[in-house]
Amino acid sequence: MTRKTLLKRLAVLAGITTVSMAAHAAKTELTVYTAIEAEDLKKYAARFNEEHPDIKINWVRDSTGIVTAKLLAEKNNPQADVVWGLAATSLMLLKSEDMLQTYQPVGSEKLSPKFKDMSNNPVWTGMDAWMAAVCYNTVEAKKLGLPKPTSWADLTKPVYQDHIIMPNPNSSGTGFLDVSSWLQIFGEKEGWAYMDGLHQNINRYTHSGSKPCKLAAAGEIPIGISFAFRAAKSKKMGAPLDIVFPTEGLGWDMEATAIIKGTDKLAAAKTLVDWTASQKANEMYNEGYAVVAMPGIAKPVEYFPANAEALMINNDFEWSANNRRQILAEWQKRYDSKSDPK
Amino acid sequence: MSQSSLATADQPQITPSQNGRSKWLSQRSLDEWSLGGVLMIGVLALFICVVLPIYTLLSKSIENKAGDVIGLENFSHFFATPSLYSAINNSLLIAFLSTFIVTTLSFLTAYGISRTRIPFKGLFRTILVLPILAPSLLPAISLVYLFGNQGIIKELLMGESIYGPIGIVIGSCFWTFPHALMIMLTALANTDARLYESAEVLGASPMRTFFTVTLPAAKYGIISVAFVVFTLVITDFGVPKVIGGQFNVLATDIYKQVIGQQNFEMGATVSVILLLPAILTFMTDRWLQRRQSALLTSKAVPWSAPKRLWLDRTFFALMVLVSVVIVGIILMAVYASLVTFWPYNLNLSLNNYNFDLMDGGGWDSYWNSIQMATFTALIGTGFIFFQSYLVAKLKGFQLLKWCFHLFAILPLAVPGLVLGLAYIFFFNAPNNPLNGIYGTMTILVVCTISHFYTVCHLTATTALKQIDAEFESVSASLKVPQIKTFWRVTLPVCMPAVLDIASYLFVNAMTTVSAVVFLYSYHTSLASVAVLNMDDAGDIAPAAAMAVMIMMTCMIARLIHWFLGSVLLKHTQSWRQQ
Repeated sequence: MTRKTLLKRLAVLAGITTVSMAAHAAKTELTVYTAIEAEDLKKYAARFNEEHPDIKINWVRDSTGIVTAKLLAEKNNPQADVVWGLAATSLMLLKSEDMLQTYQPVGSEKLSPKFKDMSNNPVWTGMDAWMAAVCYNTVEAKKLGLPKPTSWADLTKPVYQDHIIMPNPNSSGTGFLDVSSWLQIFGEKEGWAYMDGLHQNINRYTHSGSKPCKLAAAGEIPIGISFAFRAAKSKKMGAPLDIVFPTEGLGWDMEATAIIKGTDKLAAAKTLVDWTASQKANEMYNEGYAVVAMPGIAKPVEYFPANAEALMINNDFEWSANNRRQILAEWQKRYDSKSDPK
Repeated sequence: MSQSSLATADQPQITPSQNGRSKWLSQRSLDEWSLGGVLMIGVLALFICVVLPIYTLLSKSIENKAGDVIGLENFSHFFATPSLYSAINNSLLIAFLSTFIVTTLSFLTAYGISRTRIPFKGLFRTILVLPILAPSLLPAISLVYLFGNQGIIKELLMGESIYGPIGIVIGSCFWTFPHALMIMLTALANTDARLYESAEVLGASPMRTFFTVTLPAAKYGIISVAFVVFTLVITDFGVPKVIGGQFNVLATDIYKQVIGQQNFEMGATVSVILLLPAILTFMTDRWLQRRQSALLTSKAVPWSAPKRLWLDRTFFALMVLVSVVIVGIILMAVYASLVTFWPYNLNLSLNNYNFDLMDGGGWDSYWNSIQMATFTALIGTGFIFFQSYLVAKLKGFQLLKWCFHLFAILPLAVPGLVLGLAYIFFFNAPNNPLNGIYGTMTILVVCTISHFYTVCHLTATTALKQIDAEFESVSASLKVPQIKTFWRVTLPVCMPAVLDIASYLFVNAMTTVSAVVFLYSYHTSLASVAVLNMDDAGDIAPAAAMAVMIMMTCMIARLIHWFLGSVLLKHTQSWRQQ
């Protein structure tokens, strides 16, 4: 339907009914870019529309890498109005390109400082945390006689040789999250030494962060380094998985929201972002994620440990962002060049 | 009929003007000038839809992140990084292996179909082009189910892993094979029986006849196939991404640079390196064209295969073998789409077809895909065939034709991922007057036609090359407008190729992912992208299910193709029967 015919119809409707059509005529459509799981999109929009029926959300969903690349490529003529549910590290990248609108949502003072852009020029607001986890296929592990690992250090034991898959940090955000967390947990030197050991046991590196867990769920590999949300989902689908949260601590990233600079629907965009930081929104995030931005409201989520938040390392996002290029180059030099087939 | 008389009315029969206008102008008839104008529009269209976007992206290869020109620094960085550099060797290895296998197999099978008397030719032909009907994720999913660690016949690999060069080569051969077969069939379709009669009369052995008559006639097709397959394989990122494991190739490096690290400059640098095979293709193609002479002269007599018992049996066995492999891979995917939870719950159900509960836009995306594919097939075929005709049959305009041919070959070299990004940079620029089409169905159609331009162009050209230029000369001397000759002679003779192009475009529009993944918007989500998204989200079985839906739709399209073909060909191809 073109806008013209829409307007015509509205005019006719307004003519024959005395009911105020103002709300409908003013219905704003927001283009929202997201990397949220598709099955959640309808729910997210519906909950928001319960309170704000006058704003319609048009989702454009893809994986984190593609959404980020798309946003950057569209930099000179942005198509999105709002980003709702993209990795905070991606939003930091967009911020450094000066693509995001400075905005602190109403009520953001209730959110934990960890989940907020604390700079003088705040642009993004965290929603929930998404953390590393190890998927362990009990059926396949039993066949191969592999004990269940409990820590990152366990994974370097020779018994696991060729039985572990992890994402390549050069193509997957989850992979980078793992690498940067090991460097933070063990320190730079020990961190690389740890990865040298781990590399001996790696069967292969994948391009996607969810793939290692998927492969573990399908029995392609006994152990996959992935993230907790995916692990819980696979387990719910019936995969014979145990989800291991290594004791040294978990690398994590958060999903966050931001307004794209230059949107011509700023008022509606602000309304949406305000809502994404509300208690109601946080309760909604909690249906899938164990750790959310607003403290004190999270209820335990199935298959997640009760102390999930305590397991998360004190992630220094600024440090990871600033050293990203150099870390990736080093990783590539050490492991990618010998990644020819065995 | 009414249309051809319309065309006549549009094209008044005017001989070169005799009055005092410049000599240069008067060398051409108005007829030629107007067709030249159409060719000019074609060149411009390709320039805007192919060359400019690619230039916009590739110019980034000599820039840094801030957009300053830094010369060849990115390239020296590329060659200084061992893991990037080794990707070149890997890419070449994969591409050479796949090219060798696919060229040999497609020649043999095309020969079996067009030059032997084996039974069930129609059936074999249908089966052999099946892979083109499926998104490339489908063979990848199948290969994992067949040869992965839980695979049902993984013993066949004798301990080798499917994740790596073996998987990439099998997957690449599977999806490039129909592309090759299409060109090869066209190359072998038209032949002159008089040549075989002469060979027989002169006492040449069958072997000698094969090497002196059959092979030279198909030479152009064989070399085209080799280059097309080589370029398709070296630029494809889908198969190596899904099943490549640790085996680094150039195309996945672009993926890593662009998607993993948002490093557009390095992605552009790798893309430039990937353009080299295309330039080689173009040069070889030019070189060959000068040597290609028309095989189907106006005096040609169609040839039909004699009965050769052993040859026919051998080819029959080969056809059965290739068909079994293809059908096996496809059936595995169909089975996978019906299994509830592989490999732990093997109950069959249709749950996986309930797309509205899944990622990727649900059933809406399926209908969008059909709409997009229909537009692509209709608009694309008309444009491509008529332009190829002008390039092949119009007199003069050498420079324009040369440009056109170069632009038409270019898309083959450009990985879809690169084309998609290039379209964002070019069409979404605020100062581009065409930026209104960004985010619409139009840009998806334009991008898809551009992406698959080359094979269609080569098919059309191969078919057109085989028609003697004498037809045009005769009609010119009879003062029949060229457009009328096109409508009365060329189009009917080439009808099989035209239908092939239309269904090739339809099917590729249904299955393509790499370019459109950057270009679809809320209102234009596509089924093929949904497959990718569902697979990414871990819903492998629904992904297989959507892939099966796409494949079935393409099969229906093929049925329509076949039906149209048998009706139209009855009218237009009866001259082939003796």
